[in-house]
Amino acid sequence: MAALDDVQVKEGVDQETVEAVQSVGGKYKYGFETDIEIEYAPKGLNEDIVRLISEKNNEPEWMLEWRLSAYRRWLQMEEPDWAMVDYPEIDFQDQYYYARPKSMAEKPKSLDEVDPKLLETYAKLGIPLKEQALLAGVEAPEGDRRVAVDAVFDSVSVGTTFKDELAKAGVIFCSISEAIQDHPELVKKYLGSVVPQSDNYYATLNSAVFSDGSFVYIPEGTKCPMELSTYFRINAENTGQFERTLIIADKGAYVSYLEGCTAPQRDIAQLHAAVVELVLLEDAEIKYSTVQNWFPGDEEGKGGIYNFVTKRADCRGDRSKVMWTQVETGSAVTWKYPSCILRGDDSQGEFYSIAIANNMQQADTGTKMIHLGKNTKSRIVSKGISAGKAQNTYRGLVSMHPKAQNGRNYTQCDSLLIGDKCGAHTVPYIEVKNNSARVEHEATTSKVDDEQLFYCRQRGMDEEEAVALVVNGFCKDVLQALPMEFAMEAQALVAISLEGSVG
Amino acid sequence: MLEIKNLHVGLEEEDKQILKGVNLTVETGKVHAIMGPNGSGKSTLSYVLSGKDGYEVTDGTAELEGTDILDMEPEERAAAGLFLAFQYPVEIPGVGNMTFLRTAVNAQRKARGEEELSAAEFLKVVREKAKSLKIDADMLKRPVNVGFSGGEKKRNEILQMAMLEPKMCILDETDSGLDVDAMKLVAEGVNALRDAGRSFLVITHYQRLLDHIKPDVVHIMADGKIVKTGGPELALEVENNGYADILAEVA
Repeated sequence: MAALDDVQVKEGVDQETVEAVQSVGGKYKYGFETDIEIEYAPKGLNEDIVRLISEKNNEPEWMLEWRLSAYRRWLQMEEPDWAMVDYPEIDFQDQYYYARPKSMAEKPKSLDEVDPKLLETYAKLGIPLKEQALLAGVEAPEGDRRVAVDAVFDSVSVGTTFKDELAKAGVIFCSISEAIQDHPELVKKYLGSVVPQSDNYYATLNSAVFSDGSFVYIPEGTKCPMELSTYFRINAENTGQFERTLIIADKGAYVSYLEGCTAPQRDIAQLHAAVVELVLLEDAEIKYSTVQNWFPGDEEGKGGIYNFVTKRADCRGDRSKVMWTQVETGSAVTWKYPSCILRGDDSQGEFYSIAIANNMQQADTGTKMIHLGKNTKSRIVSKGISAGKAQNTYRGLVSMHPKAQNGRNYTQCDSLLIGDKCGAHTVPYIEVKNNSARVEHEATTSKVDDEQLFYCRQRGMDEEEAVALVVNGFCKDVLQALPMEFAMEAQALVAISLEGSVG
Repeated sequence: MLEIKNLHVGLEEEDKQILKGVNLTVETGKVHAIMGPNGSGKSTLSYVLSGKDGYEVTDGTAELEGTDILDMEPEERAAAGLFLAFQYPVEIPGVGNMTFLRTAVNAQRKARGEEELSAAEFLKVVREKAKSLKIDADMLKRPVNVGFSGGEKKRNEILQMAMLEPKMCILDETDSGLDVDAMKLVAEGVNALRDAGRSFLVITHYQRLLDHIKPDVVHIMADGKIVKTGGPELALEVENNGYADILAEVA
């Protein structure tokens, strides 16, 4: 079987993609809404709301102070406008900053106490929460790979699986609200240490109002016994989602972390501003994979998620290694630059990205590789696909500081255009401040070729299948970097996101 | 099997007529060859039959087993059993040859309402067929036609044909760019597929391919029409005397 699996995973598109394309029929698959009673905080943003969020989470005083200082800073800041995205002004007072299912008012002690409707929602999304049913859909053929899930619904975490088993290995995996109560020393030490409160407009906003998110601590010398995953779901209307993720890999620790996102289909755009901080000590390694499939808005650009996300990894320790892999297919507007600070000597950062923009979607995404330590290495592989009237921008910074002796970077930036009304833009910034560093940048732009499509169709594939096949081929380098289950999902998503882009 | 009547075809983008009344009937189980000078419309005929964009049919019909195919999508024609071996096989970077084949085979099976082949069944069949065409495991894994030599590309076309098991195979200048050994290999692959239920239309410039794939009928095409039809000896006549004599004779 090994050879067979090899074929399925490593080579472009396969049957799953084809089936997914055919079964979905051009619609956003995750657009349903869960009918559940939601408890909102009053609309708008002020100090009282910040206090309320803190109170709802039973936070200690120091956390509230932290939030308030962020909020006060945020009031002084201005929304950035340098990205190549264009959207109506966001009225930050016309949003809810906190929403939670009523049934979650008393935190359930175990998954058995969670509202069945919530579990149903995640089941519908293909996310197995129940430990009993855990492996449906995420099981690898060997049968020994398991994934622990933290599910975040609107503003709260509804449950985390495999907690006990992880605890045996010394791994802490819980919602960040729990971590603030149960592991304050770790949170105090690391929260905001990678993405400071004042980092940027959206990160500062997040620092003030984040409601939940995931927390991971992998102790020294520990390889996390299973993959960890957080699943974000925005359900409530007019509600911003501000989650905060903090992952700490202590010396020699290893973890692979997956993140997935969906939201219902709505006419009104919704705001999502997350912060993810990764801390890596000596010899630690983190793989962070995202499949972002927020509702992208309809063909005319109505609705969809505005996705303003700050993700950063700090390779503090020598020889630490971080790998970001992202598949961005959703959101009306994407503003996201998962970055690596390569502080430790011999540390490595990798960034693999597929960004698909169809219809009226706008994506401005890329990465920053900040080389501070000696012999640091980074690699960027970005695949941007534009279709419909979408605009897709790669924006990246590679910076070699004076002390980053023998720093190395390789960047490959490929754009693929489908149709003649979309745009692809590449904006690389390169700063080199020492002579021993080497930076390479390669970029290509191509169109899906009529000859390729005709060739596929002559062999029996319909036009959408043909496009999916060609595009999956284009993305292959990045798909291969994803964990296996995600690679399958991502292939299917690539096909679905491009439906209606031809003909 | 294939019946073409009075087919007139022009380019969509410019006012240019390429096929000017082609009449051709390929019987089931027979191998027909079309020869002709450059620019006579041979390749256009293969593209129009397989449904490529950019051509406009102004008159005439083309039927595959009694069904008019000219209004069908390319993939519908493929599922109906029409196969074109391309003169210039197209490269698809990043898509494994095996994945491409499997997607194609299953797309056709699905279109015909047949059950899809499982990965294991597929693998077994593909390995068997690849072996006889001297296509190794490495070539099956590499991206479709990327970095393939001329001979590898043409062998790959024949492998696709063998896997898809079409009823009507059109070979467009399959011999172009091949040395003698490669041509033999390709011809053997084609001959192995000759069958009472399968027809071939072999388009070629030179007679030499027809030494290896022996045709039942040979047509000469010139200026968008079939101008002469005969047996295998007609190909030899072209080889010996060139097209000029024949064209002068029919003029």
